[in-house]
Amino acid sequence: MDLTVAPNPFFWNAAFVRDFYAQLAGAPVARVVLGELVCSKRLPFWQDEIPQAIETLQAAGKEVAVTSLALITLKRERKLTADLLGLGLPVEVNDLSALHHIPAGTPFWVGPLVNIYNDSTLRWLVRRGARRICLPPELPIDSVALLADIAQAEGIALEVWGHGRLPLAISGRCYHARLHERAKDSCQFICDADPDGRDVDTLDGQRFLSVNGVQTLSQAYACMADHVGRLREIGVSALRLQPQSVGFAALCADYARLPEGRMSPDALVGNLRAAHPDMQLCDGYGRGGAGASWRGRALYR
Amino acid sequence: MLAARGDVSIPRILILPMRVLPLWPVSLGLSALARRILQAHPEILSRIDKYQSKGFALDITDLPFALHLDPARAAVRAWPRGAAPPADARISGTLAGFLAMLHGVEDGDTLFFSGALQIEGDMSAVLALRNALDDAELDLGAEVQRALPMLAPPLRAAIARFERLTGLPLRRPDLSEVY
Amino acid sequence: MELVCPAGTPAALRAAVDSGAHSVYCGFADATNARNFPGLNFSRAELAEGVGYAHAQGAKVLVAINTFPTAGDEGLWHCAVADAACAGADAVILADLGLLAHAAEHHPDLRRHLSVQAAAANPDAINFYAEAFGVRRVVLPRVLSVEEIAAINREIAVETEVFVFGGLCVMAEGRCSLSSYATGRSPNMNGVCSPPEFVDYANEGGQNVARLGGFVIHRTPNGASAPYPTLCKGCFTSADKTGHVFEDAVSLDASTLVPRLAKAGVTALKIEGRQRSRAYVGQIVRAFRAVTDALEAGREPPALALARLSEGQSATTGAYAKTWR
Repeated sequence: MDLTVAPNPFFWNAAFVRDFYAQLAGAPVARVVLGELVCSKRLPFWQDEIPQAIETLQAAGKEVAVTSLALITLKRERKLTADLLGLGLPVEVNDLSALHHIPAGTPFWVGPLVNIYNDSTLRWLVRRGARRICLPPELPIDSVALLADIAQAEGIALEVWGHGRLPLAISGRCYHARLHERAKDSCQFICDADPDGRDVDTLDGQRFLSVNGVQTLSQAYACMADHVGRLREIGVSALRLQPQSVGFAALCADYARLPEGRMSPDALVGNLRAAHPDMQLCDGYGRGGAGASWRGRALYR
Repeated sequence: MLAARGDVSIPRILILPMRVLPLWPVSLGLSALARRILQAHPEILSRIDKYQSKGFALDITDLPFALHLDPARAAVRAWPRGAAPPADARISGTLAGFLAMLHGVEDGDTLFFSGALQIEGDMSAVLALRNALDDAELDLGAEVQRALPMLAPPLRAAIARFERLTGLPLRRPDLSEVY
Repeated sequence: MELVCPAGTPAALRAAVDSGAHSVYCGFADATNARNFPGLNFSRAELAEGVGYAHAQGAKVLVAINTFPTAGDEGLWHCAVADAACAGADAVILADLGLLAHAAEHHPDLRRHLSVQAAAANPDAINFYAEAFGVRRVVLPRVLSVEEIAAINREIAVETEVFVFGGLCVMAEGRCSLSSYATGRSPNMNGVCSPPEFVDYANEGGQNVARLGGFVIHRTPNGASAPYPTLCKGCFTSADKTGHVFEDAVSLDASTLVPRLAKAGVTALKIEGRQRSRAYVGQIVRAFRAVTDALEAGREPPALALARLSEGQSATTGAYAKTWR
């Protein structure tokens, strides 16, 4: 079992992106998916960093793929998607309409924002050319086990969400703009103020969600450390880690030690808690219940 | 459009005698009616499904007593306010609101959104009951007449008069005239 | 234009047909459809009867089998498609890739509509579903403006159906796990959003508090009604702001946009509300039928006064107006 770095869902400036991927080149991850996932309006601010990042990561021996947007509506977004294949990298499909631009027989990857819940869907995508698939985070572990069998039989790689705020929803509406009483078209790119999303709490102060432009994430960080043994057993081949603005390379190093038993889940969790005292953790989806629970206990009752 | 939308209340002159009369005849009468209805519409219980065994408090705010419905036993009991047994779910509203909902004149969610209907407790049970009764297209006036066939003609006249007097929808109207 | 109307029960189906629905959509009483609520939906016998009732009055019945089949349990969904075909349904409304492939292979003559749960939001997605699975109509996600819908219709060969009234998802449908994050049950897997068995109303310090899965979604003063705790309609706090971060407690009313939607090439208008009563269905369908009839006759459509039937008793035109975003 190895590690895949998810595309960064947040809006970071070019210099920050450059440093992030330069540092990541030294981290023990097998592959990196990059590109803009959430909002096409952000892309002009950092797209010039993409070729350099690809080069750096490939030079460090990492496999690199480029993601589609999560929700493609505008004409220029469709054009953007059509152009992805030209980069010469595997395209990770996170909106099914990207398939329209990928000729039959061309291999592609599938990200966690595509709805794969069952055998037929998995097989259909494999026949269409899918070679690496990250399952949706809400998928119960029993379903993961069944799909892992099929993935192994079909000879494709299967990933599950390993770490990071859960991508829970995508919308046509920008919540960052709404919170600043602006329309999406005149958002003034305000989501750059929150490099890990803007927290949304309940009226009782319970920590609940985090908004990131048109995306809604969990406020708690998913941490599947306890489940790595089981996931490995059932044939999951990679754990997906989502970029965060602080301490990412260090946590990659810890997750890399888990599968071989060079680090215990408790030690990993201890390190996370020490490095990020405010970080709330969750792993409910791994236990087949509400996503918002940690080690079998609801975050709030 | 009907006047009765849940904001009509029972005239005080009718409430006063209800305050002093014993409640057991009310329980007997309503239970008999409930049994008839459930026999004639077996699909009600199949829709309520696993929530049949739940107890429902029907708190009709303009009646001087509270009702407790037990679908599995086809029992409806009237209790003095405050003495009613605990229920899994409680639905509160005016008699007009309940009758309008039952007769397909008014939408339950609409009453709920406007505050005319309140719900506490087991939401699933409330939804099951609401949906089952909505599907049954009940007509309480007709059920009462069927229960007492000898009295049907005078009852029909009495129900019509009572409807006019109070504005309460006691029968299922022809809905094409309502909307 | 075709008016596609909701039916959660056989009585609601009859109310819709009697009130002028051109088509009625409904689902089976299990996890195969996205309105899997207690006491709702159709048995096999009820569907066959409902189809008979609708067909006798010239109306169509569309069966929503629009959740995502569970791995290892796909038989339940395959059965639902076969039973819908058997009952004489005019179309099935599907979302899952695998189920679409199954239906196209095993029931090639059964008309396939793409559910809003598939969130096909651009011509490429729609053309993909049309080419791969022979989908004949697409229910568009509620993230598009009227101008975008018109542009989409210029690039596709299949019909489009859009929502004009009822509950409003602010997220792209079929791509939202908020509900399972709080409760473990989601629209995609279980056909329920913010399910009632996880709802808790409590009276605390003079306020009605509505919780979902332990999370506070609303606090309202006693006496005022507490809205149903649908996650994305909740009142939350973010830094110095407190309010409806995602969406106010409003629902969609696009009745005034119907002429523009017709011009944009839309074939069918959909009314949300399979969880609502037959009284609701009857009133909304009758009102919208007056709008489509006026349009057909070249008359000015009547203004509708339906706000009181909406959640929050107020309405929005949603994403159809670009400023909503």
